Amino acid sequence: MNVADDASNEARFDARVAAEERVEPKDWMPDAYRRNVIRQMSQHAHSEVIGMQPEGNWISRAPTLRRKAILLAKVQDEAGHGLYLYSATETLGVTREELVDALHAGRAKYASIFNYPSLTWADVGAIGWLVDGAAIVNQISLQRTSYGPYARAMVRICKEESFHMRQGFEIMLALARGSAAQRAMAQDALNRWWWPTLMMFGPHDAESAHSAQSMQWKLKRQSNDELRQKFVDQTVPQAEYLGLAIPDRQLKWNAATQHYDFGEIDWAEFKRVIAGDGPCNAERLAHHAHAHEDGEWVRGALRAYRAKHARPAVQAEVNG
Amino acid sequence: MSEPMPLFEVFVRSKRGLDHRHVGSLHAEDAQQALEYARDAYTRRGEGVSIWVVRSSDIVASQESDNASFYDPQDDKPYRHATFYRVPDDVNM
Repeated sequence: MNVADDASNEARFDARVAAEERVEPKDWMPDAYRRNVIRQMSQHAHSEVIGMQPEGNWISRAPTLRRKAILLAKVQDEAGHGLYLYSATETLGVTREELVDALHAGRAKYASIFNYPSLTWADVGAIGWLVDGAAIVNQISLQRTSYGPYARAMVRICKEESFHMRQGFEIMLALARGSAAQRAMAQDALNRWWWPTLMMFGPHDAESAHSAQSMQWKLKRQSNDELRQKFVDQTVPQAEYLGLAIPDRQLKWNAATQHYDFGEIDWAEFKRVIAGDGPCNAERLAHHAHAHEDGEWVRGALRAYRAKHARPAVQAEVNG
Repeated sequence: MSEPMPLFEVFVRSKRGLDHRHVGSLHAEDAQQALEYARDAYTRRGEGVSIWVVRSSDIVASQESDNASFYDPQDDKPYRHATFYRVPDDVNM
């Protein structure tokens, strides 16, 4: 393809994005756009799958059978969401094996929030309420992302996700209305999860490496800071209802802006955890790699089954 | 009698951003011909921006008569729905 073709393709692509039309898998797209969608979607897929670990940690120790069944269903949903997102990523010509390799080799990232440990049962409540709450804010926005398969995966995921946050809030409410020890446990979980949750939205807009280009391509529809503000505004009244204190002395309603003002994130911690030095980074990756290797016999069995059933047909053809 | 032409299922994307949807089927000698027939038969009024054709024999379908065992159990898992959780009225969620 010559330079003139590329230029006219690019002009058509830009016009399509500007007109709010979705980009579909077989369309011409700039290489940088393709790479960026693969990066963002696979990171999202990895987050769904790695995100099963902190909650999975509590399935066998859930306080009641009801809570256990709910948590099992939620973790199962996260696996499904990972599948939708990997499949949507694969429409761009990358294979699942390449994506998983990139995760194991540390070339692909996942949400840094999952590098924090889930120490008590209240953490399961806090994860559903806060982490899924933040994910929903981000995902609602991504329902309008420019890449068609990504947008459609987000619509499906948002629909299924609505129960995740509510079950988390229900756990927090039960603890907040419980004994003094249960209230303390809920408060402790909020204390530990609040700031990492705010970090989920990423660096400030001015410092975000991919933001400006992603906004221009309409891959991202709202900026990191906008989404973070939206999350804070919706969550503060929920914390007040629970009677729990958000661990931020600078948090205050601003009547002029009609938003909550809040304190600065510890960006040194953010960078440290992203770079691999969080409390559970090594454990999360090792567990994923181990589970993947452990599952090899299942994939092998499926291959053997297929080979066994393919053989008679091949023979019939040869004989016939 | 000559051998019947294979059957193809036709899926049309009505607009960018939407899924392809099944619209019907047709007979054709090969996939390329099926695509052209589908264009002529199913998108005469601008119904689509993209067509998929798939040989009907390549579609593997579950049987409704197997539903009880194939989909079971579902009704005993109401907690998979958001409405299962009572959130107080004065909490905006």
